[in-house]
Amino acid sequence: MAFAAFGSSAAPVEQAPRKRSWIAFVLLAPGLAYLALFFLAPFVSLIITSLSTPVEFGDVGQYQPAFKLENYATVVEQYWPHFLRAFGYALAATFFALVISYPLAYFIGVKARKWPLLQALMLTLVIAPFFISFLLRTLAWKQLMSDDTPLVHALKALSILPQDGHLTGTAFSVIFGLTYNFIPFMTLPIYATLERLDTRYLEAGSDLYASPATTFWKVTVPLSMPGVVSGTLLTFIPASGDFINASASFLGSAQTQMVGNAIEANFLSLLNYPAAAAMSVILMAIILLIVGTYVKRSGTEDLL
Amino acid sequence: MSRFSLGKWLLPLYSVLALIFLLIPIAYTFVFSFNSSIKSNIVWSGFTLDNWLTVCNDASVCQAFGTSIFVGVVATVIATGLGTLMALALSRYKFRGRSAVSLLLFLPMATPEIVLGAGLAAQFLSAGVPKGLGTIIIAHALFCLSFVVVTVKARVASLDPALEEAGRDLYGSSAQVFWRITFPLLLPGITAAALLSFALSFDDFIITRFNNGAVTTFPVYIYTAAARGVPAEANVIASFVFILAIVLVVVSQTTAAARRKRLEKLG
Repeated sequence: MAFAAFGSSAAPVEQAPRKRSWIAFVLLAPGLAYLALFFLAPFVSLIITSLSTPVEFGDVGQYQPAFKLENYATVVEQYWPHFLRAFGYALAATFFALVISYPLAYFIGVKARKWPLLQALMLTLVIAPFFISFLLRTLAWKQLMSDDTPLVHALKALSILPQDGHLTGTAFSVIFGLTYNFIPFMTLPIYATLERLDTRYLEAGSDLYASPATTFWKVTVPLSMPGVVSGTLLTFIPASGDFINASASFLGSAQTQMVGNAIEANFLSLLNYPAAAAMSVILMAIILLIVGTYVKRSGTEDLL
Repeated sequence: MSRFSLGKWLLPLYSVLALIFLLIPIAYTFVFSFNSSIKSNIVWSGFTLDNWLTVCNDASVCQAFGTSIFVGVVATVIATGLGTLMALALSRYKFRGRSAVSLLLFLPMATPEIVLGAGLAAQFLSAGVPKGLGTIIIAHALFCLSFVVVTVKARVASLDPALEEAGRDLYGSSAQVFWRITFPLLLPGITAAALLSFALSFDDFIITRFNNGAVTTFPVYIYTAAARGVPAEANVIASFVFILAIVLVVVSQTTAAARRKRLEKLG
């Protein structure tokens, strides 16, 4: 929704007299200063930190500016599985969230139009998870999936899970948690585009003897693409940087650590700031690359 | 009407199941706020109201909750103030560099929280700023800012320019037109933006984790407690906030529906 709003709100702008553009700068100045100070400058700090080197004979966590590009090579060598897991898990979670969200968003946005009260109720339920701490929700899943729960016993009885198997601490539980956490972020933008879908297009499809399936794939899906693009980005980006679900006290274990866990550990426990900063820069660069190509290829460049 | 008869039942059923899936952890958190466990709140050991009645017996939970409210309010005021001004500038004026400003506002939303958090932490570290309440508020206001701009901008775009023209036709000065027409019409958008900011700030953990120092917000409290078991009092607070938020949503939706009905009658 956030991404879509950036694109759509550009159209109905009134042409204001040019000479008053100084007012615009007065209005913008405080916000721009804030962004420069606390968004752009931190990026510069991050890059400087990522290239710095330990102070000779200094304490742990003391670094001085340098141009140590090896920091990047070192973290890639040491943490490439964490990067792979981060993007792999995020991709899987985005896929599952889409599979769960699209039909739900379609039902709320198109089928439930006749009943506004039902529509409002279902929308409230979709955003309900936002109102309760996401750490507690994730812990709830951990406890529901932990050993000795009815769920795990049932899976073992059905031989879906081996007798000595666990649900928590696996790639499955991490992807499960990520999927769960980001379903509302996927559902809402898709709902927002489907809600505006003109159903006469669907009637036109069936008038032209297209099967419901053909109408769906040739009319509904293309028209809802802006919502799908927003939703997948709103899921994929935060999921790839997440470290809660994969953390050992939540749904993960030492074998499921994502790049977020590595950044957290290096920054806050090991005080290896250059490594943490280098990984952050790499993560950001990969995400910008993926987002750029994805938005271009899906033909919705006006999102930016 | 035989076409897609399967879809007739399948789609509603699928949607209901998806919603139930979304609600399971909420129900779990709520139910376990009534658990009479003494040490860790993992195994169900009987129903009690004690956790609700004596929620602040363990002061640390309530302190963390209070800190989160304080941080949320201050960060929301900053973000809503700065963001509303920026939204007005972006939607009302044409100026050079407008798309650059839009891009600059879009970027924080496209940046993973962990990068924002680590970046700010690196910045505070190199500037020698001690982490604490102030750094948490700065960080929260930063990531709320873009969401405020998006929300308020959408509201400005939906305003009917004829209303402001009418004000000018009636010889209203530009200040009068703004404060008596534009601003009241924008207020619902600004309120929505403020509520969104507060919700984002209240539940943020990832950015806070990198910038909190020794200060404990409610999510930080849960994260620290997670390793040894979160006490039921945390479930009580989370459930209370949840109920409050749902009541707010329902009240605002019903009043909006009532207003629409009244307008339909007039028109």
